[in-house]
Amino acid sequence: MSRAAPMAKLALLALLGAFLLTPERFASLLRPFAPGDTAPIYTQTPLLTLTVNHLLLVAAATLAASVLAVGFAVAATRPGGRDVLPFARALANLGQTFPPVAVLALAVPVFGFGPVPTLIALVLYGLLPVFETTLTGLTGLDPALMEAARGMGLTDRQRLTQVELPLALPMILSGIRLTAVIGLATATIGSTVAASTLGEVIISGLLTGNTAYVLQGGLVVSALAILIDAAFHALERAATQRSGFRS
Amino acid sequence: MGEPFATWMRPDPDARPARWIVAGLDPLGTVFAGLLSLSLLALPLMITRPNRIAAGTSLMAWSALPAAAALAVLGIAGFAAALLALRVAPPARLAAGAVALLVLGLAAGGAADHLTPPGDRYSRVSPDAGWWLAFAVAGLAAGDGLARLRPGPGTRIATLAAVTVLAGLALHSGFWNNLSVMREYAGHADTFGREVRTHLGLALSSVAAAALVGIPAALLARPVPALRRTLLGILNILQTLPSMALFGMLIAPLAWIGRSVPGAAELGIAGIGPAPAFVALFAYALLPVAAATVAGLDAVPGPVRDAAAGVGMTSRQRLFQVELPLALPAMLTGLRIVLVQNIGLAVIAGLVGGGGLGVFVFQGISQNAGDLVLLGALPTVALASGSAVLLDAAIAVSRRRRRERTQ
Amino acid sequence: MIELTGVSRVFGARTVVSDVSLTVEAGAILTIVGTSGSGKTTLLRMINRLVEPSAGTVRIAGRDIRDVPPHILRRGIGYAIQGHGLFPHRSVAENIAVVPRLLGWDRRRIAARVDALLDLFRLDPGVYRDRLPAALSGGEQQRIGVARALAAEPPVLLMDEPFGALDPIIRGQAQADLLAIQRRTGTTIVLVTHDMDEALRLGSRIAVMDRGRLVQEAAPAALIGAPATDFVGALLGRGDRAFQLMALRVVDDLIEPGPAPGEPIPAGISVRAALAESLWSQRPALPVSRDGVLLGRVTRAALEAQGARP
Repeated sequence: MSRAAPMAKLALLALLGAFLLTPERFASLLRPFAPGDTAPIYTQTPLLTLTVNHLLLVAAATLAASVLAVGFAVAATRPGGRDVLPFARALANLGQTFPPVAVLALAVPVFGFGPVPTLIALVLYGLLPVFETTLTGLTGLDPALMEAARGMGLTDRQRLTQVELPLALPMILSGIRLTAVIGLATATIGSTVAASTLGEVIISGLLTGNTAYVLQGGLVVSALAILIDAAFHALERAATQRSGFRS
Repeated sequence: MGEPFATWMRPDPDARPARWIVAGLDPLGTVFAGLLSLSLLALPLMITRPNRIAAGTSLMAWSALPAAAALAVLGIAGFAAALLALRVAPPARLAAGAVALLVLGLAAGGAADHLTPPGDRYSRVSPDAGWWLAFAVAGLAAGDGLARLRPGPGTRIATLAAVTVLAGLALHSGFWNNLSVMREYAGHADTFGREVRTHLGLALSSVAAAALVGIPAALLARPVPALRRTLLGILNILQTLPSMALFGMLIAPLAWIGRSVPGAAELGIAGIGPAPAFVALFAYALLPVAAATVAGLDAVPGPVRDAAAGVGMTSRQRLFQVELPLALPAMLTGLRIVLVQNIGLAVIAGLVGGGGLGVFVFQGISQNAGDLVLLGALPTVALASGSAVLLDAAIAVSRRRRRERTQ
Repeated sequence: MIELTGVSRVFGARTVVSDVSLTVEAGAILTIVGTSGSGKTTLLRMINRLVEPSAGTVRIAGRDIRDVPPHILRRGIGYAIQGHGLFPHRSVAENIAVVPRLLGWDRRRIAARVDALLDLFRLDPGVYRDRLPAALSGGEQQRIGVARALAAEPPVLLMDEPFGALDPIIRGQAQADLLAIQRRTGTTIVLVTHDMDEALRLGSRIAVMDRGRLVQEAAPAALIGAPATDFVGALLGRGDRAFQLMALRVVDDLIEPGPAPGEPIPAGISVRAALAESLWSQRPALPVSRDGVLLGRVTRAALEAQGARP
């Protein structure tokens, strides 16, 4: 997906920006999809606000999931942590097996409506990619390197923060990228429980039979996912070069 | 589950465990024990409501059950927790977790009976935060114990069967009938079966269709780099669309097809009903299946490929007799991912009139009836977990065969 | 400087190192040589506590190494291994600076030290300071690895097959460099190798290990002249004893006044190389010079006499 020309991505970014800031300009494009005389652009809440809220929600969930998953992976690769590994792996797998919709629905009676159940569902769903890639990154390190680090007098913690994590960074970033991209689409479900996301636009369209709304919401999310995926790929490339590996 | 450990992290024979791990305590187990105790002693066990939508009263374990039963439950759970905290062998951990689960299941049914006045048809009893937390912890502890045993595929399927049978018996015997979830079921018994069938049908048929289309497409596109990039690129972009949006976007075109194309309506192609959901689920399943096929074939070791060619196999023979069987674990992994994914996504079909368990979930959300939501969500989770276990077992078997083949 | 007393290491039922006692004088180079599985690497790693002895004590400068936390101990000991272990995500300068930074040196002192070390290893600081290890050749990486080990001016340097990954031409140069640098810094070196020739060339003392036991510990000439067991003899190689001995000695002590034909050989050259030149050019005597000044000559007979069993 990152092979598409950077120019295309920039064009997409510009298009997205234009749409979010001045949606009315695109009204004529969307009019064929709106039934009857209804306005083709969603105006209950500004699209920009919804986009920002959506992004904030996904960012928070991705951050939380990453911290947890990296923590689990680090714990599982320490000498004292052998027993943590099967458990952590099972937990992360479980997180992906529970459909986010179900988690959402189950969390509502406990946490009420709003962004919290959505956050919980996104975090659970996002654990596995980061966990597995971090694990791969940490276990794939050169043993001679670890020996040298230990022999030089780095404490275990210093070795972790100065050597292991920086070298595993490209892999960790690839996992975070997956979590973020999947999370962007999944977060739309949050609007069924009154979280403020772009799903609101889509649901409104579904309920009123207005395909224009569905298109707006869906395509904005899709564009965000494509752009964020490209951004992460760039980060990964930079991290890989910095690690001294020939990418 | 592959290598368990960083290859360079040889367990240092000199390493002494951290001081706080007093000889005999298991760190993970201690967490489980703590949470289990917390959930049963500090959080309410059940919540009872005079009717379906009224506000409820939370009850602690000793209020929700008759005294003797409460004592028994707390005692057994306490014993299980203590066992988990200690450094005991995996079978004991599994037993402790399983016993805790059993006791919780009994407690739920017993409390429902205890708290429901005889003959009352309106009051609702459901498990509260304490029960759910205890259940989750006990489940994780049992799962952890099972995972430490590193079970083979046969064991895993046997466990699944045992759990299914037990749950089925409990449901059948009516032991849980006074729980709110079951009352919701009673209220929707006529449509429940149909929705489950619709749900499963959507998930399975979309995955099957994706396999039938995606695998050949991947096989055809793979040798041509430009084609392969295009195929995977398009599918990747498709994945970024939220499911709701894709469901919604398909309504109008499918409605049009249903109206205009002769014979389409009889096939079920229409703007409402399961058709848009099916097409969307099919679309979402294509990428993982195609990508997994490509990755699996790419991972066939070069020497094996060369040996097959050297023996005089045509490329088609090589493909079907050597490469595909070796790529099978990866392809099955892709199928597992999409089946679990689609069981979850099929819930959203309920939002677009496609039927399935999502009907209950979204009805429950709009009516603010938590247990109706549960009626939709619990079977979904069960179906997803069950499929995951079954397919994981299949993957494990295929991996074993693959190892034998490449040796 | 380094004292090992009755050091053993047992892994379960396997005895990897068995009751080794030896002493390394300050400023000496001890090469530990043996086949794989002889326990030589384990012995080395017990000096900086990467492996803890099952029995016995290790003392450095009179202090039992167990009295110091392991990571503090290791910051005072240089450690260079095969495969160098350079951090791929750090530049050459940052790699060298690792231990000084752990010790809290200030930035200016570290920068000066980095440049000094790069000069010592004949690498232009301006060019190499900011390079990443992936951009270095094998020989350069090995040199930086040793430089990093010496960065904090440790009194002791431990080396585990440091030249193993180098091709033979570079290896010889690297060995010569090590000897030259050690002469300047006076660091006590313990070096593990499986190559007897390397051990003989580098070591002021040689320790031979076989299946965990210390079989012989002696100066190179003594080892060649009187191997303690058949195993040592086998390691030395039966036929080359005379030439090994001649490789250890230099022509300087054999120079006598008198004429000799042809191209002079440089003083400081080994007896073995001089004999080879004498045979190749069919000259029974060779002139010897240093820096262009003729010092005298050396006869083939005198050279040959150096190959006699001591």
